[in-house]
Amino acid sequence: MNNETVQLPAQWSTFAPEVDGVFYFIYWVSVVMFVAVVGAALYFVWKYRRQKPGEIPEPTGHNTVLEVGWTISPLVLLIYLFHVGFQGYVNLTMPPANAMEIRARARKWSWDFEYPNGSHTVNELYVPVNRPVRVVISSEDVLHALFIPEFRVKRDAVPGYYSTLWFQATRTTGRDTQAVRFYCAEYCGAAETAGGPSNPREGRRPEYDWTGHFSMGGWTYVLDQADFDRKMEELNGPPTVNGREATPAEWGELLYRQQNCNTCHSVNGTAMTGPTWQNIWGHEVDLADGSRVMVDENYLRASILRPNAQVVRGFQPVMPTYAGSLNDRQIDAIIAYIRTLH
Amino acid sequence: MASTATTDVAEVSGHDAHGGMDPNENYLTAGKGIMSWLITLDHKRIGVMYLIAVILAFFLGGVMALLLRLELLSPGRTIMDGSTYNRVFTLHGAIMVFLFIIPSIPAAIGNFILPIMLGAKDVAFPRLNLLSFYIYVVGTVFALTSIVTGAVDTGWTFYTPYSSTTSTSATTMALAVFIMGFSSILTGLNFLVTIHKLRAPGMHWRRLPLFIWGMYATSVMQILATPVLAITVLLLAMERTLGLGIFDPQLGGDPVLFQHFFWFYSHPAVYIMIVPGMAVVSELFATFSRRAIFGYFAIAMSSLGLALLGFIVWGHHMFTSGQSEFATMVFSALTMLVAIPSGVKVFNWTATLYKGSIWLTTPMLYALSFLVLFTVGGLTGLFLGTLATDIHLHDTYFVVAHFHYVMMGGTVMAFLGGLLYWWPKITGKMYDEGLAKISWALVFAGFNGVFLVQFIMGSRGMPRRYYDYLPAFTRYHAFSTYGSWVLGLGFIVFAWVLIKSLRSGEAAPPNPWGSAAFEWQTASPPVLQNFSKDLVVNRGPYDYHLATEAELFDGFSPEAEKHD
Repeated sequence: MNNETVQLPAQWSTFAPEVDGVFYFIYWVSVVMFVAVVGAALYFVWKYRRQKPGEIPEPTGHNTVLEVGWTISPLVLLIYLFHVGFQGYVNLTMPPANAMEIRARARKWSWDFEYPNGSHTVNELYVPVNRPVRVVISSEDVLHALFIPEFRVKRDAVPGYYSTLWFQATRTTGRDTQAVRFYCAEYCGAAETAGGPSNPREGRRPEYDWTGHFSMGGWTYVLDQADFDRKMEELNGPPTVNGREATPAEWGELLYRQQNCNTCHSVNGTAMTGPTWQNIWGHEVDLADGSRVMVDENYLRASILRPNAQVVRGFQPVMPTYAGSLNDRQIDAIIAYIRTLH
Repeated sequence: MASTATTDVAEVSGHDAHGGMDPNENYLTAGKGIMSWLITLDHKRIGVMYLIAVILAFFLGGVMALLLRLELLSPGRTIMDGSTYNRVFTLHGAIMVFLFIIPSIPAAIGNFILPIMLGAKDVAFPRLNLLSFYIYVVGTVFALTSIVTGAVDTGWTFYTPYSSTTSTSATTMALAVFIMGFSSILTGLNFLVTIHKLRAPGMHWRRLPLFIWGMYATSVMQILATPVLAITVLLLAMERTLGLGIFDPQLGGDPVLFQHFFWFYSHPAVYIMIVPGMAVVSELFATFSRRAIFGYFAIAMSSLGLALLGFIVWGHHMFTSGQSEFATMVFSALTMLVAIPSGVKVFNWTATLYKGSIWLTTPMLYALSFLVLFTVGGLTGLFLGTLATDIHLHDTYFVVAHFHYVMMGGTVMAFLGGLLYWWPKITGKMYDEGLAKISWALVFAGFNGVFLVQFIMGSRGMPRRYYDYLPAFTRYHAFSTYGSWVLGLGFIVFAWVLIKSLRSGEAAPPNPWGSAAFEWQTASPPVLQNFSKDLVVNRGPYDYHLATEAELFDGFSPEAEKHD
């Protein structure tokens, strides 16, 4: 069902059938041409083999029709080939407007992927099935290239530039099936390293401890939308501190800094662009519209998702919404952190 | 130049007295001692010195290829570490391209045979010719220095910014390439002037051997393209040593600019490598079919056509690089046109066989191998010129297989065929035909064993320049490595054929192949001034029906002339 052939890997994206169609068209044209030319040559070699030394065959003649014919006629095929090749290329370079965006950052010798919710994976790529995904690629050092054979896509990572590729995966792999490999396809060196290849799923291979161009890859996991969303949630789950899962309050403190809440909200009572978080929990505050509200879970959650609906008096309605960039568990964690600020 | 000679036999007239050495003495024995070689101005001796140099380079690059294949026999570490692997594949590429294949046919075989084919006594500028050999030697010394001072790990393409920042001896190798470029330019210039000015009376353009047409096209490319490479590698060396920001984005440079510069030379360089191969097999097909090449004019012009197209398709190496989509489209369209002159040559060679008198000597087997393998190399080029499929195949083993089918299946087969074909002329000795056929069979089978499977490996997604690979690719890599052993054995037998011939080969007659071409109309080995009497040409080199029996079997050997 995955249409893998002797020559081509499994088809896993919407491009694959089109690219493979062009590939096999050229392949069969080539087979016919090869058999015709080499077959004719071998037949002539046998048929007109030398009978005795010194024989003088009839002088080579001219056949203008034949010569002009085989000079001009390949043009028809070549123009057609260019046409289908270019058509496929246009599709490969024109992502739909609604494509989900993933940032890929290449460096010697790993890939960092950043997802719309801000989570990261290293040397593992998660993508949703049946949804266009646009990958914006950059490099931090030398040339690299992102190559996913099953998707039939490839694009160089050039330092100082952004380059893009896009694809739409057509089948899921599940969370653990190593079926769709991505590679670095542009040579980028190698070095001895203590840890071996850094792909977490592959572990260390005892026979060598080299990383480089050849180890700069990993597996792509294609998940259905619900599973993908869950994975994204998990990636955004509580971090590990001191070898255990962080408490909600600890995680909230981390997010306070990671999400740059600290640029507007102090935790020591100082009013900045926004109200301080110290001693705010459980107290009533005056709002800009003259009403009063109790600062509880519901008010804090509403203020994170729709910040300018209930603005505290004396402050400007300038806070951006965090809907979409913070998930429910992260919001819970921030609330838990605020509760500790007495 | 415009000879109107109408007689059926090549006339022999005039005789130049020559001071010093006897001009009628064979070039190998006229002048003794090592110095008579090192300061020689004789194009034949310079050609022989080049021949020895390029064979040594081929041996060095070949040993590296065998080591690479051995490393890839199984996944993980086999015989070398990752960094060594990167150095070895870089040196394999750089040595094979710059030290072996570019000078192989033009500078070694061409230097020897081109003036003789034209009926000239030497090239136009003999001193420049010797200079270009020594420039090549100095470049080679730089290249070898870079190997012992830490080698290079950039790939032969020197892509920036990796090459601007690597700690290996990339500067030395860049200078080696810079220096060797001048050797290539001077040889090209020398050949162009020689072809224009030193043709024998009656050797007008329509009678030029196809080898000469190929050399003409090659020389034009060498002169026009090589300076761009020189500038590029010089800028790279300046960036590395002076911190000049040309290509490295850290210094405000543009890495894609390097690729444009590099391929502006290196795509024409591909034709600098293959057109001489085509030139050799055109001679082989004519001699061993005993008739003129079908569509002589088309073959001659297709060489010039390839030379022209070679300059306007460089962007097809950069379809995934980030060059503009418009450029990508234009380069793809132009690249398709390369198929026209390539196809014309293949069709014409095939048509030459029709109603010929095919003599399957080893050189002819190599010419037929060229036809088969170049056809594969050319047809697989269609996959890479077509945009949709190139994106998938770019930088995989498919590309590795494709260019080895063209460069090795094409140019190297032509070189081996040409070497055996002109061997009796160069050395005055015959070689063991049976042993040579065995080596041909091993080389042909081994070559396909190594590279055919790489097409499949590549289209299945195996990227190139990988030290290690997923276990799924093991069987393809292992098969390829087994093939490399057969190929290596073939070359050992080939070397033995040459050594045996030098030690105990029987003396070669002037024209062992019964060829009508003019280089066979002098003694084997040729006399110091190539022909003992000035050649006057009044037929084409492939006009078997116009050649006399004496020309076809004896040539103008001193012995034959005594009977005049």
